[in-house]
Amino acid sequence: MKKYFGFFKVRFQVGLQYRSASIAALTTQFLWGMMEIAAYRAIYLSSGKEPPMEFAALVSYIWLKEAFLAMFNTWIATDGDIFSVIMNGDVAYELCRPISLYRMWFAKSVGGRCATAALKCVPIIVVAALLPRPYGLSAPKSAAAFAFFILTLFLGLFVTVAFCMLVYAITLFTISPQGLRALLTGAVEFLSGAIIPFPFIPQPVRGVLELLPFGAMQNVALRVYGGSLAGGEMLRAVWLQIFWIAVLVLLGRAVCGRAERRMVVQGG
Amino acid sequence: MRKAIMVYGRYVSVVLQSAMQYRLSFFLMAGGRFLIAFNGFLGIYFLFSGFSEVKGYTYGEILLCFSVMQLSFSLAECCANGFKKFSGIVRKGEFDRMLVRPVSPMLQVLGSGFDLGRLAPAVTGVLVLFVGIRNCSVDWTAGRMAALFLMLLGGVCLFAGLFMIEASVCFFSIENTECMNVLTYGAKEHGKYPIDIYGKGLMRFCTYVIPYTLVQYYPLQYLLGKTDKWQYALCPFGVILFVVPCYIFWRVGVRHYKSTGS
Repeated sequence: MKKYFGFFKVRFQVGLQYRSASIAALTTQFLWGMMEIAAYRAIYLSSGKEPPMEFAALVSYIWLKEAFLAMFNTWIATDGDIFSVIMNGDVAYELCRPISLYRMWFAKSVGGRCATAALKCVPIIVVAALLPRPYGLSAPKSAAAFAFFILTLFLGLFVTVAFCMLVYAITLFTISPQGLRALLTGAVEFLSGAIIPFPFIPQPVRGVLELLPFGAMQNVALRVYGGSLAGGEMLRAVWLQIFWIAVLVLLGRAVCGRAERRMVVQGG
Repeated sequence: MRKAIMVYGRYVSVVLQSAMQYRLSFFLMAGGRFLIAFNGFLGIYFLFSGFSEVKGYTYGEILLCFSVMQLSFSLAECCANGFKKFSGIVRKGEFDRMLVRPVSPMLQVLGSGFDLGRLAPAVTGVLVLFVGIRNCSVDWTAGRMAALFLMLLGGVCLFAGLFMIEASVCFFSIENTECMNVLTYGAKEHGKYPIDIYGKGLMRFCTYVIPYTLVQYYPLQYLLGKTDKWQYALCPFGVILFVVPCYIFWRVGVRHYKSTGS
């Protein structure tokens, strides 16, 4: 266990080196959030009906989504080093080490994501909290909501990483893996609530989405913070997150194990 | 001119042949891009199952706007992808080689960067266009169809101009050009709603700095019958005023070019 924590630490520290490079990225994300909120505001103001989510909760959802984007995204850019190792054949060196490929990648991915998120979340949260109402990030609904927010944030991170690991394991079987990854990424975006928050999606579609592993990623934490997910429904979501972590990790390890046994390294 | 078109055609056919060597990967990638664009449609679909309108625009009208932006962005990205890859071309020193050939360097950049897979979101664009047309009560006169066509054409030119700036910046700095993404991807993403819903300040920026409103808001008003002024349909021609300085910037950049030496 200690060596995998070491991988986490190294990757985390490497990630922290990119301090200056992310200012442009921060501005982008910040403007992105502003535009999204402005659009929702126009929609809320034009609507006579009771919206399915309080505006303050929605604004918090959007800001936290931007702040912790690095934790939950499944784009090509994240975990770039793991991916290039598969592509350029260096995976052969990784296999020589007396460690589990799956656990090492898992630790590295968690470390890299935490580092980027740690760098980005502070400025975004501070600036978003200073913005005037209704654009600003409000305080969490309650102390308990905040505690559960932190818990579900990390559970969601583990679900996301476990899902990505499963994808990496599958890509070990193919020669050019970007295509498969692009397809899965395309599918995940909507299903994880990155496009619109789940409360805007009518039943029964919403019920199905909440049960899927993608619904256990960012959706839970972002809604717990603003109080849009609370009580028994929230506890159910937490159990679902734990369930999906277990299932995805078991599946990922099985696929990874199979791939390791019959790996073909193409030149390099 | 004829020679230029032929050379470009050669480039496209070579690029396509090489993409077809990895056929499965190509189609999966295109499928992914299609899905990402389709997600945007799903978002609007579900959002407007609860809400009926935004600032007087109905569901069908928003879809028209969304599809025009998707179509023009993906067409521009497919043809002008070379500009987006340009920082790599400069860094690897490939641009030095392009300069010694007896063909326009811009043509070579565009030709070698052609990427058919970027056209996948246009499939979403076409599908959504049909859904939008069925869901809104636009009377499709010849003038309105022309307005739609001009919006698309102007949009492609506008995005191509932005990609041209992104490339030209590489002549002066090899740093990444993240800030351009706000203007390109940001416009594609947030331009799904007519720009006036974002308020006056942004309207001004999107008219006088980067003229998005000329290909989106103004012709859209005519298209949807919200105004009788037919002049609004001609607004996309105004993009020429934007693209010409972009081209001059590119030319200045080429003249200014110093090899990175690798």
